[in-house]
Amino acid sequence: MSVSTIVFWIIAAVVLGSAISVVTAQNLVHAALFMVLTFFGVSGLYVLLEADFLAVVQILIYVGAIAVLIVFGVMLTQRKGMEETNVSSSHKWVTGILVTILMVGFAYAVTRTPWQVSDHAAPESTVGLIGELMLTRFVIPFEIVGILLLVAVLGAIILTKGARRLP
Amino acid sequence: MELLERLFVNIAGLARTLMAGWSLPNSIIELVVLILGIIAIIGLIIVDAIILVWLERKIAGFIQERPGPNRLGPAGVFQTIADTFKLLGKEDVIPRSADRWVFRLAPPLVFVPAIMLYAVIPFGKDMVPVDLNVGLFYCFSIASLGTMSFLMAGWGSHNKYSLLGGMRTVAQMISYEIPLLLSVLGVVMIVGSLNLSDIVAAQKNVWFIIIQPVAFIIYLIAATAELNRGPFDLPEGEQELVAGVYTEFSGMRWALFFLAEYTNMVATAAIAVTLFFGGWHGPWLPSWMWFFLKVYLIIFFFMVIKWTYPRIRVDHLMHFGWKFLIPLSLANLLLTGVGIEIYRFMRG
Repeated sequence: MSVSTIVFWIIAAVVLGSAISVVTAQNLVHAALFMVLTFFGVSGLYVLLEADFLAVVQILIYVGAIAVLIVFGVMLTQRKGMEETNVSSSHKWVTGILVTILMVGFAYAVTRTPWQVSDHAAPESTVGLIGELMLTRFVIPFEIVGILLLVAVLGAIILTKGARRLP
Repeated sequence: MELLERLFVNIAGLARTLMAGWSLPNSIIELVVLILGIIAIIGLIIVDAIILVWLERKIAGFIQERPGPNRLGPAGVFQTIADTFKLLGKEDVIPRSADRWVFRLAPPLVFVPAIMLYAVIPFGKDMVPVDLNVGLFYCFSIASLGTMSFLMAGWGSHNKYSLLGGMRTVAQMISYEIPLLLSVLGVVMIVGSLNLSDIVAAQKNVWFIIIQPVAFIIYLIAATAELNRGPFDLPEGEQELVAGVYTEFSGMRWALFFLAEYTNMVATAAIAVTLFFGGWHGPWLPSWMWFFLKVYLIIFFFMVIKWTYPRIRVDHLMHFGWKFLIPLSLANLLLTGVGIEIYRFMRG
């Protein structure tokens, strides 16, 4: 077994273990913190795949922004005791059924997708290639995502500050 | 001089040839050299922290017209070492209602990203621990990890002042991350690379502070806010929040937060030097000496700012970040883009 295979199994174990803990942890804040660990592990998998840029983006966006936002929200809405606040761990049967359905669905999608296998070596630097593709071939989706995010930001501002009728 | 210039590179080379003599496989040799590098970096961090704590107290003393530490050693240089032993000997207090694991994990998790930053910084000619092609981006994503640890510290303490301090830290760090990243983008656009070694190499003739002065000022302000240092030290504003996130921490756990702050400060100054002050470029002296000279000049500036300006109010902080710094950095980006195109047009 090569070093990268061993590292892969270690990271995979961390990702799966923390993902299971997200569902089973009784305290919602702990669940959110385990989710951070999951995101971190996924970025480790990207490093193994030699997708440096993607790994760094994963940390910056998911760990640095999205997870912080979720934990922030959970903490601000905390009640007196934080035990038993994780809905998924207090309703075991419902969670079990939902998780099973999701897993079967994902497994089906992964096994049935015809993956493109390439025997080219991984490109040295992916940043430039991703940037070029974003501004040439995928420019329309890129712009649409930009507009979507702008609308979401404006919506958030209106929701928190309240809209005022124009005179 | 040539010997001094190549000192650290030669030590690494010597270790490599020595181990090659013992006929070790190549991967193990690289691993050992990497571990040596990590040990050197941790040593550097500790020495830096000892010097900086003393320097900060001396500067504070100078500005407030008092001597500062002056008992242990010449001009009190050994004060920090004595303080470290005092902190190590203190009782480790964990509040009864604290979320134990979150509370325990928070201080090391603040410190670890701070060390990880040093992995990609070019300290001198041929002296970059890991030459990553997304180096700059790596720095900022690692720096964003600190936010989560502050949140853990604030929440784990189960104390309203800690929680409020943690929330303030996060709000501040998330807001000022945006102008920080945008200010740096101008440099990236000019160089066309995220590799820190490439950025240093591009400044061989002219430092980027001359081409990008606005970006440098934005970077300096946003970085001070990211470091939670005065005048942006609201998260620990003692008149309002006791000590903010640090309220419940004592002994070595508390010291780790401060070690992390100084580690981060050196890293921030090092990135500023790399991006705007030509990195290790400089005449006469060895390259790594130039690098640390510039880093310490910027740190000196950070310290003078901290002790001369009063703390900014919390709503002013947000207004300043979102309504002034972000538009300014966006305008700087636009101007940079136009400038690059004009330059290309003139060159033909």
